[in-house]
Amino acid sequence: MARAAIRQQKIDATEERLSGLSLPESGAWGQEAREAALERLRSMGLPHRRDEYWKFTDPGTLTRAEAPPAALLDADEAAVFDDVDAVRVVFVDGVFDPDASSDLTMEGIEIVRLSDAMASDIHWARDLYGVLEARSHENVPRPLAAFNTAFATDGIVIRVTATPSKPVQVKYLRKSERSDAILHHCVKVETGASLTLLESGPAAARFSKGLEVDVADGAQMHLVKTQGRDHERRAVTATFARLGTESVFKAFCLTVNGVLTRNEVVVDLTGDDAVAHVAGACLGDGADFHHDDTVFITHDAQRCESRQVFKKVLRNGATGVFQGKILVKPGAQKTDGYQISQSLLLDEASQFLAKPELEIYADDVACSHGSTSGAIDRDALYYLRARGVPEGIAQDLLTLAFVAEALEEIENEAYAEALRERLAQWLERRRERKQA
Amino acid sequence: MLNIKGLEVKLEEEDKQILKGVDLEVEAGSVHAIMGPNGSGKSTLSYVLSGRDGYEVTAGTAMLEGADLLDMDPEERAAAGLFLAFQYPVEIPGVGNMTFLRTAVNAQRVARGQEEMSSADFLKLVRAKAKELQIEPDMLKRSVNVGFSGGEKKRNEILQMAVLEPKMCILDETDSGLDVDAMRLVSDGVNALRDAGRGFLVITHYQRLLDHIVPDVVHIMSDGRIVKSGGPELALEVEKNGYADILNEVA
Ligand SMILES: Nc1ncnc2c1ncn2[C@@H]1O[C@H](COP(=O)(O)OP(=O)(O)O)[C@@H](O)[C@H]1O
Ligand SMILES: [Mg+2]
Repeated sequence: MARAAIRQQKIDATEERLSGLSLPESGAWGQEAREAALERLRSMGLPHRRDEYWKFTDPGTLTRAEAPPAALLDADEAAVFDDVDAVRVVFVDGVFDPDASSDLTMEGIEIVRLSDAMASDIHWARDLYGVLEARSHENVPRPLAAFNTAFATDGIVIRVTATPSKPVQVKYLRKSERSDAILHHCVKVETGASLTLLESGPAAARFSKGLEVDVADGAQMHLVKTQGRDHERRAVTATFARLGTESVFKAFCLTVNGVLTRNEVVVDLTGDDAVAHVAGACLGDGADFHHDDTVFITHDAQRCESRQVFKKVLRNGATGVFQGKILVKPGAQKTDGYQISQSLLLDEASQFLAKPELEIYADDVACSHGSTSGAIDRDALYYLRARGVPEGIAQDLLTLAFVAEALEEIENEAYAEALRERLAQWLERRRERKQA
Repeated sequence: MLNIKGLEVKLEEEDKQILKGVDLEVEAGSVHAIMGPNGSGKSTLSYVLSGRDGYEVTAGTAMLEGADLLDMDPEERAAAGLFLAFQYPVEIPGVGNMTFLRTAVNAQRVARGQEEMSSADFLKLVRAKAKELQIEPDMLKRSVNVGFSGGEKKRNEILQMAVLEPKMCILDETDSGLDVDAMRLVSDGVNALRDAGRGFLVITHYQRLLDHIVPDVVHIMSDGRIVKSGGPELALEVEKNGYADILNEVA
């Protein structure tokens, strides 16, 4: 097909999808931000499998009008961080639930529902909502993120002025088999302040989430999330972070199951000496499992450090995707960029598709990347079995060991341990289910 | 205890016969040693008995207390009481030594229909055994065999054996890579386990170890067969004259 025809087809498909939709009611600046996002979306068009950025992941079920239903899994994943003393923000099928949430007032932090923020004429979130998303298209079009900005029906905006005594926990519960939720959050961590944001839960049958984070000079943002064990759920998330001088942004995501997940993380290191660590682990089981981590880190300042560590365990025909890019802009001297993506393939039917990229326009930088795919270590498996450990348990031990390296990227050991323990439990339950 | 008859083994992937009819019986309460030149099939015998894949048994039987070993998964053999101290212990990054040991102990107990051991009892047991083998607490915290010296790996094997208390212990060149002090520690560890209900098969290339762990029977293996058996004096003969004389004599 000629390019013009493909382009036209894309525009037509986008218009068709948009025809049944109207922008959610918002206040003045909210309306403007949504309309601008809609324009961006219209000019880019919804993604298609033919797009370079989607060649490993078919966005079809993410873009179509009807969200495919997803059976509810009676699981405790959303409760992963319930033991943590935190300010809790609860969404049920993508709708903020004030009764289930805790009192959102806390010293040093301001948490407001997106609709309330949009309702006030003057609000700091105006300078963030859709702003980082809009910037991100400079490098690669991210139409689903623009879609999210335009159509998000709920979300929270968080401004951190000092370091609060507790983390904020966002819990995404799901009660409907057909929920199609679009949430968008903004977080602004002011100079010298620090925030830990914990997220968990399956959220919706189809979940679109945007998160824009502005980390000011000397500020820190730690993001730890798990993403739902419901087998049939779909999620597309985009996290945008802009980092000021000497700021720190660390994000970790654990995904266990879900038929389709696309997690994009876009980080702009705009201040000198900033640090960005983006890590994740996924466990996929079954031919319908598809998990995609797409990361884009731009070094646009000196002496910044970025680190990407991704581990995927894939079995029974599962597919894992990693697209990771480090872009070093002219003048970003002394950049330290590191990227590793690894898969543990538990059988031959499973596959790992990786596209690591470096693009460097400065001369004094140290960047490295690597990607590996491997089977379980047969010698290790035999050694464990020779000590009496049954094959299934031995395999799970080695799986946990493989994932452990990514979990180590979480700065707070208590959260890492909480995730490790859950993971061990889930593996154990899976094993027992299989035996039964 | 361990009863091997006419065991013939080839490589699964290649047409290479390695064991060409091994007959061996280790009685409960006894220590048998197998000596032999490199490449004679000693490690292969230990692997086949413990259930490593890659080998094909073409003839013969191997029984542990009347149960057919060759019919079992490696973990079943372990639960049945078989233990192999590896010539080359495997490194497992990311799996803590303690987790590994506890998982092994409890898996074996469950397989035998026993209760799992409590964390407190387990800790006490391991600490005591580790102390006897002069294993630093730090080694217990590290990943299995990762960053261990050759001697530490071998001591770690004996620690596992001491904690698991198997009925039939096979030690494959546990002496290699050990200095004199470590050799004494390891031998003391093994000797402490010697009792009427337990059998040992000590594979070694050198007689040295057998000064410390005195065997009841010594076998010489060559080219996939046991070619000569005798008392401890056979080991001394090997030490003095090398294998050549013995092999010539039986050839
Ligand atoms: N997995 C294998 N692949 C190829 N050759 C093997 C394998 N295992 C054993 N062998 C061969 O079998 C013979 C016996 O080896 P091994 O049992 O290790 O002897 P030993 O322990 O007595 O030194 C050697 O010739 C060795 O090369
Ligand atoms: Mg050997």
